[in-house]
Amino acid sequence: MTGDGSTAVIGKDGLDALIRALAARGRTVIGPTVRDGAIVLAEIAEGAELPYGWGVELEAGHYRLRPREDGAAFAHSAGPQSWKTYLHPQREREWSVDRGADGGLTVTEDDAPPPSYAFLGVRPCDLRAIAVQDRVLAGGPHTDGRYRARRERAFLVAVECTEPGATCFCTSMGSGPGVDGGYDLAMTEVIDGGGHRFWLRAGSDEGASVLAELPRRPADHATECAARESVAGAADRMGRSMPPVDLQLLMRDTLHAERWNDVASRCLTCGNCTMVCPTCFCTTAEDVTDLSGDHAERWRRWESCFDLEFSHLPGGPVRASGHSRYRQWATHKLGTWYDQFGSSGCVGCGRCLVWCPVGIDITEEAHALNAERQAAGGPEGAAP
Amino acid sequence: MTAVQERSPRLAVWKFASCDGCQLTLLDCEDELLGIAGRVEITHFLEASSAPGPGPYDLSLVEGSVTTAQDAERIRRIRAASRRLVTIGACATAGGVQALRNYADVAEFQATVYARPDYIETLATSTPISAHVPVDFELRGCPIDRGQLIEVITAYLADRTPDVPAHSVCFECKRRGTVCVTVAHGTPCLGPVTHAGCGALCPTYNRGCYGCFGPSNSTNFPSFIPLLRRDGVETLDVVRVLRTFNTAAPEFEEAVRKELPE
Repeated sequence: MTGDGSTAVIGKDGLDALIRALAARGRTVIGPTVRDGAIVLAEIAEGAELPYGWGVELEAGHYRLRPREDGAAFAHSAGPQSWKTYLHPQREREWSVDRGADGGLTVTEDDAPPPSYAFLGVRPCDLRAIAVQDRVLAGGPHTDGRYRARRERAFLVAVECTEPGATCFCTSMGSGPGVDGGYDLAMTEVIDGGGHRFWLRAGSDEGASVLAELPRRPADHATECAARESVAGAADRMGRSMPPVDLQLLMRDTLHAERWNDVASRCLTCGNCTMVCPTCFCTTAEDVTDLSGDHAERWRRWESCFDLEFSHLPGGPVRASGHSRYRQWATHKLGTWYDQFGSSGCVGCGRCLVWCPVGIDITEEAHALNAERQAAGGPEGAAP
Repeated sequence: MTAVQERSPRLAVWKFASCDGCQLTLLDCEDELLGIAGRVEITHFLEASSAPGPGPYDLSLVEGSVTTAQDAERIRRIRAASRRLVTIGACATAGGVQALRNYADVAEFQATVYARPDYIETLATSTPISAHVPVDFELRGCPIDRGQLIEVITAYLADRTPDVPAHSVCFECKRRGTVCVTVAHGTPCLGPVTHAGCGALCPTYNRGCYGCFGPSNSTNFPSFIPLLRRDGVETLDVVRVLRTFNTAAPEFEEAVRKELPE
């Protein structure tokens, strides 16, 4: 465990106090809440807005809210959005330019003060996803200043997973279900004979200072044990898994596999997987001019490698077929991401398979590619 | 204004077989309408003024499909008099709902609808403008989106390409944070095969997209149609949902052809 080690147990009143304490520090508190038949991320003002008593039923291409009798607030897995909605917003102005009466141009960079967020309920897979985007957007030679500013001001309350979904595979990607740092506060929900409570640990000075403001009691052995058991149990209940092989190598070895044709026949190229992926970061530039012709703006908006426009060069799109676009996405996510950023781009949250309308499952595709490689006599396979 | 004062570009709006809804979108621009009128000379727009001016025109916006021999001739004259020609809406771009006639007996329709069918002279088909003359840009929708219309006019004035993405409506749902009605509610939705531009209007109000912007630039109907069936859409309804405003769009036509037994 990181931080100063301060720890405590809070009840539902403590959770409510946490939201209010973060808001009182001038932060916009974002957390899970029920809306439009899903557990979405939205600004919340009090504990009552959390999805107490709601769980989710997940499958590839399928998401349904399900009531839970235990009244848990965090017994649900990844929803339709991720935190990139806030840290890496879908559309953002970068600069504007005005032409004066003398014909001179004045460029104004957009430097509005960044929002100061508090994220309540960041799952371990999403904590990893934020770290992956940190590397991409703020960890290289070309830093995205606006992302960095939002990120530096963000207060993260991680919540360990005790109820993985049928589409979860964080254990395969080494990103969950427990947390081991990278948060301001970490929380584990415990519901048993001892009551409905949350075991809290501070991971930063500010986390400790917020913790000290809450109505709380000292962490007890029974609560800690119950929390650790729940998280350990969750690791054994992942609904999906990746093949236990070097995925980077698997992608490299199977570029010409027959399986890519199979998945291409199912892929709608609709772009949903990239939009819901918590690490997909691609954007395109959007130039806006007004009717006068004297004012123009440069915006940036989310783009997807499934969009034909994404690889459009003079002469047409480089990746015109669905085959080439799906392969590009999967091999980047699981393979070439290592070459580019030193880690996998996949954190095992399962969003891409849940929100794919036709339920294309990246774990199933990886297993199929692995089987095809083995059948061809590749790693650990017997030559036919 | 630029330092060199130039003649204002001349704008014309033309109507073919259509309901007028897309032209009305121009009048509906309200806040921007005065700005547009200040930058272009609206030379020909019968819905706004009964005093049309002669060509040539710098930009012609064409609404409606071609359903008569006279209109087939008229669009050639308009094209010849227009520097750029942009079609606006599903009728002009795909033939409109009136293209349902393409699969039926027009004489029978005439006999049913009109007291004196012998007064009616019409073609057997409803065809998009692009089937008759070269088109510089096609704006989708039934009706078109106001923001996209302004974008096309503004882009024309700045001599740049309009920013009108041709990807699926799913992009717009995800960008605005709309929960997927198919995945979360089991609602049939044409979003994954439909051209963006509406801002995901219907899914945002918890109903499925019904494809009024026509096909996106990257559709996969053989994979998509079983999804409609899974959510309870029978064959006849698959055909019906594709045979609306964009029935004659080639991708929709092909998908329907595969659904219907010979």
